[in-house]
Order: sequence, then C-alpha cells, then structure tokens
Amino acid sequence: MATDAATGTGLKFDPMGQFLVKPLFGGDVVNWYTPTNVTLWMAIAILGITAMLVMGTSRRAVIPSRSQSVGELAYGFVYKMVEDVTGKDGLRYFPYVMTLFMFVLFSNFLGLLPMAFTTTSHIAVTGVLALAVFLTVTILGFVKNGAAFLGMFWVTSAPLALRPVLALIEVISYFVRPVSHSIRLAGNMTAGHAVVKVFAAFAGLVALSPLAILGVVAMYGLEILVCFIQAYVFTILTCVYLKDALHPHH
Amino acid sequence: MEGDIAEMGKFIGAGISALGMGLAALGVGNVAGNFLAGALRNPSAAAGQTATLFIGIAFAEALGIFSFLVALLLMFAV
Repeated sequence: MATDAATGTGLKFDPMGQFLVKPLFGGDVVNWYTPTNVTLWMAIAILGITAMLVMGTSRRAVIPSRSQSVGELAYGFVYKMVEDVTGKDGLRYFPYVMTLFMFVLFSNFLGLLPMAFTTTSHIAVTGVLALAVFLTVTILGFVKNGAAFLGMFWVTSAPLALRPVLALIEVISYFVRPVSHSIRLAGNMTAGHAVVKVFAAFAGLVALSPLAILGVVAMYGLEILVCFIQAYVFTILTCVYLKDALHPHH
Repeated sequence: MEGDIAEMGKFIGAGISALGMGLAALGVGNVAGNFLAGALRNPSAAAGQTATLFIGIAFAEALGIFSFLVALLLMFAV
C-alpha cells in the first residue's frame, strides 16, 4: 500500500478478515461436522434468545422485570407485524416468523461485539433462511389455493395484450425473491461491518486518529440501526410473501 | 508498470459498480422523501404506512446491494 511508505506506521486494512470461517479447535480443514466460529456464534444466538424469551419470562410477574418486558415487547412487535401484513389467517404462521426474526436479530446484534463473527454476513446462512421461506411460501400457496395460485402471475387487471409480458416479469421477479431476500441481509451485514473495520484501520494514522474514532463511533451507531432494520425488513418481506401465498388475488 | 490488464479491469469494474451505491441512494431518498411529504399532509395516516415505507426502501436498496455484490465478485471471485 502506498501510504505505508509515507507514514512509516503501516496501515493494516483487513476489513474482510472478520468474515473468515475458521475451525474452533485449531487446524484449517473445514468439514461439514467441524465446529467452526459460525457454529459457536449461532449457538450463542440461540442461547441468547432462549435466555431472553424462556428464562426472562419464566417468572411471569404482573409487573414485568426488564428481561420480561423486552421479551413481551419483541413478541408483541412481531405479532402485530404478522397481523397487519398477512391478516388474521396469517397468525397461524406467527411462530415461524417470530423464529426468523429473533434468529436474524440476535445474529446481527451479536456480530457487532468486538472479535465476534456475524453469521448472517454469509450468503450460505441467509440463503438457507431465504430458500426455506421461498419453499414454504410456494408449497403453502399451492396447498391453500391449488392451481389458482398460478393466477398470481396472470394480472387480470391489465390489458390482454400486456398480460403475457407481465406474466413473464412476474415469474422472473418471483424467482429472484430468494436471491434478493438473502443478499440484502448478507450484503448489508458484510458492508456495514467492513466499513467499521476500515474506519478502525485509519486510527493507525496519528493525524487521522481522532477523526477515525469519531467515524467508528458514528458507523457503529448506524450499524445498530441497520442491524435492527435488516432483521425487520427480512421478517416483513417474509410476511408479504406469506400474504401472497394466502391471498394470491389481492 | 507491472500487473496485467485483467487485474486492472477488475479494479475499474469494481469502482464502476460502486456507482450503483449512489443510484440506490437516490432511490431510497426518493422513497423516504415522498413518504415524508405524504406524511406531513396527512399525519394521521402516516403511522399505518411505515411498513410500506420499509418495504419500499428494502426493494430500492436491494438493487444497490446487487451492485455491491458485483464489486465483491469482481474483487474476490473473478
């Protein structure tokens, strides 16, 4: 890097190093059964969710403790979201949406801890989540509506000449859903965490370090917002897809 | 001058795909600005439409993320 020679301190830019999958107990062969840092941070996320939702609410006090009110807040938030977007009959699928929301939210937030690993920054992880949503919604649509589900692609409100073109566009956009659904989350997480690391690397430059620290703090604040919004967007899009499956003719 | 033309092309391509970020910013700003304009005209209806706002922002932002993906692919996968 050109700046190395100029400053002599040597700026170390390694923004993508935090996303490397490494085995937990040494070695560098990653098989499907190897416990890696991904396994560790997913387990921590699930333990965190369990601690908040199960242990936090186990006492069921009338005046809720802090952890109980956070748990109730999260539950009510997702419940209202499912009810508003998919309607009353979508509430049967609330447990699935709640699971997705809590897992994505905890993975995002845990990734913000220093030295942590962001599991949702990997397309392999978000891709599985998005494909699960896609398959669920497609199967559900066919089970609930039969062949009428295909009517979603045939826009009857459009002029007849336009309908084949629109059907083609609708089919393409339907199959792009899992791609955009997963890449939105993974891309946001990767980009945000990498930006924090890039600002942190500028702290090695003495003249820039106060600015770099300010930048890290500002970006960190923004990342807290982004982590929540991306979990929210992931779940609300799941709700929208569910609504399409339950009511293909809106 | 060392390195080869393909390497240079990768960096130029990644830089050009960063333009998509700015264009996505235009889209997101457009969504948010129009929401605010509408919300100020009819504040009582605004609260019910925040979900729509976020869905719109998410769709506009997705295409910006795709350009980021193109940059990543050029830098690390090609």
